[in-house]
Amino acid sequence: MFIENISLNRRQFLGGVLSTGAFVVASRLAPEELFAQAPAGAAIFNTKADTAALHPSVYLGIEPDGTVFIVTHRSEMGTGIRTSLPLVAADELDATWNRVRIEQGVGDPRYGDQNTDGSRSIRDFYDAFRVAGASARSMLISAAATQMNVPAAELTTANHEVVHAKSGKKLGYGALVAAAAKLPVPKAADLKFKPKTAWKFVGKERPIYDLNNIATGKAEFGLDVYRDGMVFASIEHPPVLGGTIKSLDDKDALTVKGVSQTVTLDTIKPPVQFQALGGVAVIGNSTWSVMQGRKKLKIDWNDGPHASFTSDPFKAAMLEKVKQPAKACRNLGNVDAEFGKGGKVFESVYYTPMAAHASMEPPAAVAEFKNGKAEIWCPTQNPQAVQDTVSAALGIDKKNVVCHVTLLGGGFGRKSKPDYAAEAALLARKLGKPVKVVWTREDDIHHDFYHAAAAVYHKAVVDAKGKPTAWLHRSVFQPIGSTFGAPGPLPFELDLGLNDVAYDIANIRAENAGADAHVRIGWFRAVTNNFHAFAQHCFVDELAHAAGRDSLEFMLDMLGPGKVIDLKAQGVDYSNYGADIAKYPVDSRRMRKVLEVAGEKSNWGKRKPGNGWGIGIAAHRSFNTYVASVVEVEIDAQGRVRIPRIDQVADPGVVINPDRARSQFEGGAVMGAGLAMFGEITAANGRIQQNNFDGFRVARMNDAPVQVNVHFVESGNLPTGVGEPGMPPVIAALANAIYAATGKRIREMPFSKTKLA
Amino acid sequence: MVNLTVNGKAQTYDGDPDMPLLWYVRDDLRLTGTRFGCGAGLCGACTVHVNGQAVRSCQTKMSTLAGKTVLTIDALATNGTLHRVQKAWVTHNVPQCGYCQSGQIMSAAALLKTTPYPTDADIDRAMAGNICRCGTYQRIRAAIHTAAKERA
Repeated sequence: MFIENISLNRRQFLGGVLSTGAFVVASRLAPEELFAQAPAGAAIFNTKADTAALHPSVYLGIEPDGTVFIVTHRSEMGTGIRTSLPLVAADELDATWNRVRIEQGVGDPRYGDQNTDGSRSIRDFYDAFRVAGASARSMLISAAATQMNVPAAELTTANHEVVHAKSGKKLGYGALVAAAAKLPVPKAADLKFKPKTAWKFVGKERPIYDLNNIATGKAEFGLDVYRDGMVFASIEHPPVLGGTIKSLDDKDALTVKGVSQTVTLDTIKPPVQFQALGGVAVIGNSTWSVMQGRKKLKIDWNDGPHASFTSDPFKAAMLEKVKQPAKACRNLGNVDAEFGKGGKVFESVYYTPMAAHASMEPPAAVAEFKNGKAEIWCPTQNPQAVQDTVSAALGIDKKNVVCHVTLLGGGFGRKSKPDYAAEAALLARKLGKPVKVVWTREDDIHHDFYHAAAAVYHKAVVDAKGKPTAWLHRSVFQPIGSTFGAPGPLPFELDLGLNDVAYDIANIRAENAGADAHVRIGWFRAVTNNFHAFAQHCFVDELAHAAGRDSLEFMLDMLGPGKVIDLKAQGVDYSNYGADIAKYPVDSRRMRKVLEVAGEKSNWGKRKPGNGWGIGIAAHRSFNTYVASVVEVEIDAQGRVRIPRIDQVADPGVVINPDRARSQFEGGAVMGAGLAMFGEITAANGRIQQNNFDGFRVARMNDAPVQVNVHFVESGNLPTGVGEPGMPPVIAALANAIYAATGKRIREMPFSKTKLA
Repeated sequence: MVNLTVNGKAQTYDGDPDMPLLWYVRDDLRLTGTRFGCGAGLCGACTVHVNGQAVRSCQTKMSTLAGKTVLTIDALATNGTLHRVQKAWVTHNVPQCGYCQSGQIMSAAALLKTTPYPTDADIDRAMAGNICRCGTYQRIRAAIHTAAKERA
């Protein structure tokens, strides 16, 4: 997530946390100097792009045999970014794709920000990769002009060659590398980029680089790293956050064949940040032996204060609190005065429980420690956070931590938080040999950085047509800020679907009240948008039905004719997902457009809901992208929900790799529907009650949406997020569809708790 | 002592008879294509074939494998030629993160042996044990239909 958008007052408060380097506040965008040649010797780890004969950028190098090395510094967890960013550079270079080799960048600040989160890799690095490709192309053309003795202006490029059309002369890129390498790297401002009509890769379908390796099992994830002399570790963490060991008996554990020793790790101290949790590590010569040994540990715990955390009373308190006035974070017009005038008033409260990321690959890391330096291999969304966290844990300089990034077996936000890498590093130093830390699925479910539980309240007074004239929107949730020692939510948590409501209403107030966390809270795909959007777009649907109006027509009316919303004028220092508000405004015209297209594509209004069939709609802006979702449901006599079809209409600006962008909206629909139907994590006496995929249910093939159709609105706008924005509107549209089919208004997740028969 | 065949090679195992096949192929043989997802037979990421049938290797004890033939994703392609299920996975760009796909492919390959032309309902039934957290299910279903047609 974009922690760099902490406002001044919050930044002052968090100064201590930030200065420890707990999370990366490095520049979001690639700094200007990255566009030029990397300073010699500055690299933590040299890539083949760095050592290539021609290397005009930290992201790109070319060898005399014509091989192009392109570094992806963002992590691959399923979005296709490892392929998409290189495609942008290769297009500007006019390279032949099969002569491109992709390298995964280690954690290194010279690449700019590497926190692959917040759906912003393309948004923030599209330009940098265009510059990388165009710089190399420009240098190759200059070299060719000299060798051919023709003006550079007469030269063009195609398929890895510089071409002089007049004479028919051609020179391959490889042959030009030596001469081009002697030329200065052009300034980014002087580069000419290809016009859209000349794009060969951008906007075209392209399989991901790792496709064959995945299909044949060769793809290397974090768990697949083995080092010579490596031992394995399985860690019994305190069952309650912050718990300490009262007594430990490891005698039986040590009798397990293959187990060599146990190591006690210090219990985490607040703020938790990404530190190792503490506990007892069982060390041995195989994954199985340490897992078996761990089962034989006898540990008595002092649970500490968080043993008070039990979900049912916690939920009851949140539902009460959300009805009480709280601190305003957005104010437009005068909501109280409008409510004071009387009229028809609607109120509703929505609730969502905690959820776990449950990426298919549990957290895992391999670490080696030699001569004061740590080398880590792990599936991480943020290798610079690995550097920061490991350097803090070991008390060594960040430059002495090399983090190799493997493929990630899913991330969804969990793998931005490298506590598991800190564990491996601490153990590797202690044991003096390479260590692989393997989390079980139970560890993952019990010790996640959870998606927050939330209560969301709405109140509106409506005019004669049922449209609100005043709107009050209030949320209470376990804040991500708690993870970093803040007393409440970080500002960005309020900017995701609470402060940025885009309706054409004269009086709007948003409020938020904090809640204690008790467990580690973190960002989960789409973050606070999920519960803000669920409540907001279902409440609007409630108003539409109350007014006897069509939901789509009503939602369009709620947006009015559409405009750029000036949130600053309403007291909101809107973080806008880390993007410049001038370039990426909140524009309700784009929201209208996706709704209108969704209506057409989904055949909205053609079939009358009822008899166990229903259709629902919602539209939401998140990660600077506008998405409308239309969900159809079928509900049988037993009340079972089947989702035959979802239409996702998105405006994410320029689409780099349409197939991969589509896949993100398909997956967002599945995860959104799965979370809405089944997602629930609960605690009793501070302990998480779910253990594995039996207790924490996720969508399986037989309960996932059958068909997800994805449509892109070609707005020509700058590229924005695709990974996360497909989730939030699906949740609300699904609840709205169930209402249309059954007349039952679901105001609580997971929906499976509501009897529909 | 357990004698078994893994991906066409004879192997002898004399460790803990309760160790699951999953950790044998991964830690001992370094056949890492078979993935660890849950350790409880709930997610299917560790699916392999034993005597041609899809099994969850995390729930298959080494002691049960005497004389058995094991096939993992690492050897599903023969002499560099992708299995038709793998081909279909490539055609439909099924994977996102890719982690669960070894298990999905092994389950699908086993399904097509017993049910050459599966219906959507057959596919739902056979694949319900394989979780994909990225949500690639509709492409998996389409790829299985494509692979089924390729035999015809």
